[in-house]
Amino acid sequence: MSKIAVWIEHEAGAPKRSALEALGAACAVSKDVLAIVAGAGAGEVAGKMGAHGATAAVAIEGGPKSPDALARDVAAACREAGAKAFLAASTSTGRDLAPRVAAHLDSNLFSDCTALEAAGDGLRVTRPWLAGKVIAKLDSKGPVLCATLRRNTFEPTTGGATAQVANRPASADFKAMLVDVAAKAGGKLDVSEAPIVVSGGRGMKGPEHFHLLEELAAAFGNAAVGASRAVVDSGWRPHGEQVGQTGKTVSPQLYIAVGISGAIQHLAGMKTAKVIVAINKDKDAPIFKIADYGIVGDAFEVLPALTQAVRELRAQG
Amino acid sequence: MKIVACLKRVPTTETQPKIAADGKSIDPTGVQYMASFYDEIAVEQAIRIKEQHGGDVIILTVGPKDAQKELREGLAKGADSAVIAVDENWGQRDARSTAKVIAREVQRLGASLVLTGRVATDRDNASVGPMVATLLGWSCVTDVIELTLNGERGVAKRESDTGIETLEFSLPAVISCQKGLAEPRYAALKGIMAAKKKPIEEVPAGDEPNQAVVASLSLPPVRKEGRIVGEGAAAVKPLIEALRGEARVI
Repeated sequence: MSKIAVWIEHEAGAPKRSALEALGAACAVSKDVLAIVAGAGAGEVAGKMGAHGATAAVAIEGGPKSPDALARDVAAACREAGAKAFLAASTSTGRDLAPRVAAHLDSNLFSDCTALEAAGDGLRVTRPWLAGKVIAKLDSKGPVLCATLRRNTFEPTTGGATAQVANRPASADFKAMLVDVAAKAGGKLDVSEAPIVVSGGRGMKGPEHFHLLEELAAAFGNAAVGASRAVVDSGWRPHGEQVGQTGKTVSPQLYIAVGISGAIQHLAGMKTAKVIVAINKDKDAPIFKIADYGIVGDAFEVLPALTQAVRELRAQG
Repeated sequence: MKIVACLKRVPTTETQPKIAADGKSIDPTGVQYMASFYDEIAVEQAIRIKEQHGGDVIILTVGPKDAQKELREGLAKGADSAVIAVDENWGQRDARSTAKVIAREVQRLGASLVLTGRVATDRDNASVGPMVATLLGWSCVTDVIELTLNGERGVAKRESDTGIETLEFSLPAVISCQKGLAEPRYAALKGIMAAKKKPIEEVPAGDEPNQAVVASLSLPPVRKEGRIVGEGAAAVKPLIEALRGEARVI
């Protein structure tokens, strides 16, 4: 495979784990991998990319905080490098950027891919359709294969060499501009990036009981709270937490479904989790059909005991 | 102002798809369709903008003639007219070629605002809106949960992984609508009657070729059935042991 360009999202001088996963995915199929980094601190981050497998890096510093200006610059960097593929992690920023870059390159975008393999002199992608009810393997006839990659799915690479960093001026023209960011309280993890997700359904009986899930998530330390559609539609939880076909698709290491019966539309959003645990009063709930481990019981009884057990486990280190 | 709301016909969320004999397409037998969930939010938001600022709402779909059903629903809620860029094989069309048809129609219709759903719930691309904006050289904000328009400018809040981002943009623009932006209304009887007389124009989608080529489709592997580790709080201990020892995830 010829050159692959990878968009590196970063925060405060550190690349995001999902960006390193995308870089790792590129390194697994190509020996010629360009890291593209933009925004304040881009040069510093670009300098670190060799250690994660990149053979070259481009730093786009300065410029407006504009999604359209960013896309134009990233597409130009791909074009100048002669990249035959462009990858980005499937984060909210990556999913906003990648279709714009693809359009600039007159190429289709393959969203939320779960596998990449060499096929002939190109790449074949695997991606879910219908929120994972169908798995599609696809080839591209376009000039540049553009894809976003599902998080927690690809492995980062370590131990590369030094990547040569080139600087590229950011363009000044823009149509839309970021003027404010209101971060989530306490830097909470998003359900689609957390390695552990604890989700509640109607069995939680009301929004006032979700603190039990918050406490379990806090005990794990690296968990996010999710919710079923019924719960979000009832206004108990914000829609950003909804897991399922009309919410977010997640692939965590561990998914704990509490008081969720397991409607098809919910299962579609979480059944690629590595391990699924279901806690439900109804022993015939469909969720038990796909769960690796089930507890039949009342959430209000099981959750505090589980939280306590996880706390003890974490205290042991 | 002309506002285009894009709407896609997709299989219902209850659909359990089957793979067709060719191994490269979904068997359409028995599949029921609906308007994609987020596109209904786009239609609702378009109607609200019209109610507040005036204008003309056109619902645009790239799809089969039969998508009239979904379009009539939107017309009954208050949209003025609809356009079908006819493609009976719309389910095979990739994001890029769909965006090209939409960009062409938006220009032909003379619209200055395009609203799309955040994602269509069949291919889950979440790509067509920002692609259309890029092709037209317009502003675009994705995953929008709050939108304010003020003459030639607008402010949109979008939901990101880490919080809420606020963007200012100039019109013309493409906005992709996230849940929370506008709860779709139900059509009133009067609206349903009026919708019967509203025009639905049919134009050819054109034959922009796909770049995406299906190599194969399959159903996901069936998860092997797990086991009930116990009942009530007493089951926590065996669960923790299984998660540590057997599954090694904690």
